[in-house]
Amino acid sequence: MKYWRIPFDVDEIQTSRGSVTIIEERCKGCGYCIAYCPRDVLELSDRYNAKGYRPPAVKKPEACVNCHYCEIICPDFAIFSEELPPDAME
Amino acid sequence: MEKSKKKAAHPLDNLLRTDRIPHIWCAGCGIGTVFSSSLIALQGSGIDLKKTVMVSGIGCSGRAAGYVKLDSYHTTHGRAIPFATGMKLANPELNVVVFSGDGDLFAIGGNHFIHAARRNVDLTVICVNNLNYGMTGGQAAATTPSMAKTTTTPMGNPEQPFSLPLLAFASGASYVARWTILHTRDLTKSIEEALLRKGFSFIEVLAPCPTGYGRRNREAPLETLRLYQERTITRNGAHPTEATLDINKGITVGKFFEQDRPTCVEMYDRTCRPSFSQESA
Repeated sequence: MKYWRIPFDVDEIQTSRGSVTIIEERCKGCGYCIAYCPRDVLELSDRYNAKGYRPPAVKKPEACVNCHYCEIICPDFAIFSEELPPDAME
Repeated sequence: MEKSKKKAAHPLDNLLRTDRIPHIWCAGCGIGTVFSSSLIALQGSGIDLKKTVMVSGIGCSGRAAGYVKLDSYHTTHGRAIPFATGMKLANPELNVVVFSGDGDLFAIGGNHFIHAARRNVDLTVICVNNLNYGMTGGQAAATTPSMAKTTTTPMGNPEQPFSLPLLAFASGASYVARWTILHTRDLTKSIEEALLRKGFSFIEVLAPCPTGYGRRNREAPLETLRLYQERTITRNGAHPTEATLDINKGITVGKFFEQDRPTCVEMYDRTCRPSFSQESA
């Protein structure tokens, strides 16, 4: 994680982990989740869904901190994140 | 790929009529985000959803009532607030949410809005403001900014738009806020607050309309969000007269006003049937 100042207790803080699920058939390819993901987890995939839109794909699954911003900004109810146990990725 | 194969359930699916999803809103339309914020707020506020009603008028935003798995009413054009007022008077226990667009609430339904605010009917009004009449093809509306291009104003809009927070404040609304779809967390918190309080609460939400407004004013959906990010100034408690909505001067967002005053039903009971209000008290 990038810090502008390293916090003193950085070793003790546990960041939450998340896993993103994309419901591709609902996606309309607006790209809001890709542009506004604070950890840059998503990218545009090269596939097309049944309606001809390009849904996002998970680029860096380990970077997700389960902030739910993609879930809340998605206008199409097509993406959500779920909390993973803290040591799931290690 | 494995993830998309397994039947995924969105956390809001229990509040959605999922057989109707995907909805009709265009790619990049902000109504979906406002709608999902409202659903998160409904879920998070802890109010009894069996006693919650969503009322919509006509227009793109008016479709919301058809997608929510609550008791919901898709009413005639401009008349969402009269339907909601009637419902609240007939059964004061209900939590009534009005979810509609700027054209429905402020053009054809403008009078209903100001009088419901004056009476302080206990409603939560969420107005999706996309700055034009989106569903009919992007005509100039009462909220279209000056000099903006629409199908009916190809040389720029010569008129001045309404300032919706100021209108709501001047009419007597007891809670006035404005957010954009980029401020989703503040918006959700604001809707929650409005649901839990008594009195007429008004929340304006700016949303992009890429097909109607954005196409003619050279704003791609992500470009509109970038403008929201760069040009908005959060000023909680600012007086509604200072709430500007101008791309060049800045867009003021925030919770502008909150003041408790007796609601329509309370005043009626106190004045017209004092014995009833004493019995129930």
